[in-house]
Amino acid sequence: MAGTASGGSRRSRLAPYLLVAPGMLWLVVFFVIPTITLAQTSLSGPEGGWTAYHRALTNYGVHFFRSFRYALAATLIALAMGYPLAYFIAFRSGKLKNLLLGLVVLPFFTTFLVRTFAWKTILNDGGPAVWLLHSLRLLGDGGRLLDTTIAVVGGLTYNFLPFMILPIYVSLEKIDRRLVEAAEDLYSTPMAAFRKVVLPLSLPGVFAGSLLTFIPAMGDFINAQLLGSPNQQMIGTVIQNQFLEVRDYPLAASLSFVLMAVITIGVLAYARVLGTEDLA
Amino acid sequence: MRKLSRWLMDGVAVFVLAYLFLPIFVIVLYSFNKPAGKFNFVWKAFSLDAWKNPFAYEALYESMKLSLRVAALSTAVATVFGTLIALALTRYRFRGSGVVNLLLVLPLTTPEVVLGSSLLSLFLDINTRTGFGTIVIAHIMFSVSYVALTVRARIRGFDWTLEEAAMDLGATPFRVFFKVTLPIIAPGIVAAAMLAFALSLDDFIITLFNAGNRITYPLYVYGARRAAFPPQINVLATAILLVSLLALGATVLWQHRTLRQRGMAVTPLA
Repeated sequence: MAGTASGGSRRSRLAPYLLVAPGMLWLVVFFVIPTITLAQTSLSGPEGGWTAYHRALTNYGVHFFRSFRYALAATLIALAMGYPLAYFIAFRSGKLKNLLLGLVVLPFFTTFLVRTFAWKTILNDGGPAVWLLHSLRLLGDGGRLLDTTIAVVGGLTYNFLPFMILPIYVSLEKIDRRLVEAAEDLYSTPMAAFRKVVLPLSLPGVFAGSLLTFIPAMGDFINAQLLGSPNQQMIGTVIQNQFLEVRDYPLAASLSFVLMAVITIGVLAYARVLGTEDLA
Repeated sequence: MRKLSRWLMDGVAVFVLAYLFLPIFVIVLYSFNKPAGKFNFVWKAFSLDAWKNPFAYEALYESMKLSLRVAALSTAVATVFGTLIALALTRYRFRGSGVVNLLLVLPLTTPEVVLGSSLLSLFLDINTRTGFGTIVIAHIMFSVSYVALTVRARIRGFDWTLEEAAMDLGATPFRVFFKVTLPIIAPGIVAAAMLAFALSLDDFIITLFNAGNRITYPLYVYGARRAAFPPQINVLATAILLVSLLALGATVLWQHRTLRQRGMAVTPLA
């Protein structure tokens, strides 16, 4: 147990490997190996080879693009909403800081699915949101919110917003306040101080938050399924459907693999730039 | 100009907080609804019926019991595995720690639909029937990373010389672990375990792929959109919210207290 004290002994050289062994073994067997199985399944179609990939890209390319667009939109909106709130909590909330952080994570304490059904209740035809927009003449007669792109992107934004806010808050919180004071002492305007000092120092949080929002949003299918119509179907729905209903395993596996490959390349590129530690 | 931009930023902050809070409010409110039909999506009248009879639906009750059993089991295992990894990463420098870090982060950066489908393709490949066991396996898999990273973040930068001090005073390694190391890392472990429990209770996508014919609470809610969506679903969601808030409040108080006590106990040593 006490490693640093007896540095060079054989036991302490083995110790870290014994400590990581059970968890790592679990991840190898139930994460790494399944990924390999998934790759094999994707190549195991009756016609063999890459035909499943060909079908995946020609028939469902539109779903990949749509998921990408929705996830990107949700990420940008979450950034636009999350940054001001993170800034407010980090710099201007005073004694309310812990309370506000608690409110940010509050949605995590209710079931993800029940939360999405709550949005269905809010956006329903004849529900409060439609009524409000009608009264403000922002929505025409017979105009709907449910089954629209707005509802799906709004739902995605909502579900992953805390993942955007928390990393940005952490990076803002770390900023040495004296740097901002120094900028102001040197006659920088508050706007310039923000642009040249605060914003660059908070970029790691912005990057981490964007990834933590974009990745789950890209693979999500609950929001599209509950708040959208078939016109808003995302790639997650297709994968789920092919795996569990149609049972075309090679096609389903190749769809999963394309989704994962695209995202993994992005993450690795990102990890090279910032180091994996910042991700957590 | 300065006032305006501040005012604008505060306005956005308040709006975002309201946005975060709105669905939670709706969930709690609709637990007191007496819906006209089978679906609790439109407000009709105030009623305490669902609260008086939260387990009126047998299948809903069973799904909640299953979810709690899965969460308890997977949290117990994942907390042990994750804590051991966190200890190794903070206490030792060793070859391969980069691989360990990467393997911890990858499941978090893989979409759930991919995690769920690749596990299912493994179970199909080796002809394993999906059910209770495979749900627990899947939940342990995605919880280990969260536990390891949470515990590591909490115990990083702690003064490990206390362990040496205990050894110098003649304590056995076994005694050092239980009397010194464990109390130091306990708050981090509790926080990580609570996170793992909450994640397991809430998981839908990975579970959908690996549940076979078993129905957890989120799976029940998902199926409820077709047959009937009773207010009891909202009652249980509200109950989960209240219990989590109480647990969170209790741990915050407990951590403050232990920190104070430790502060008093540690200072004379330093």
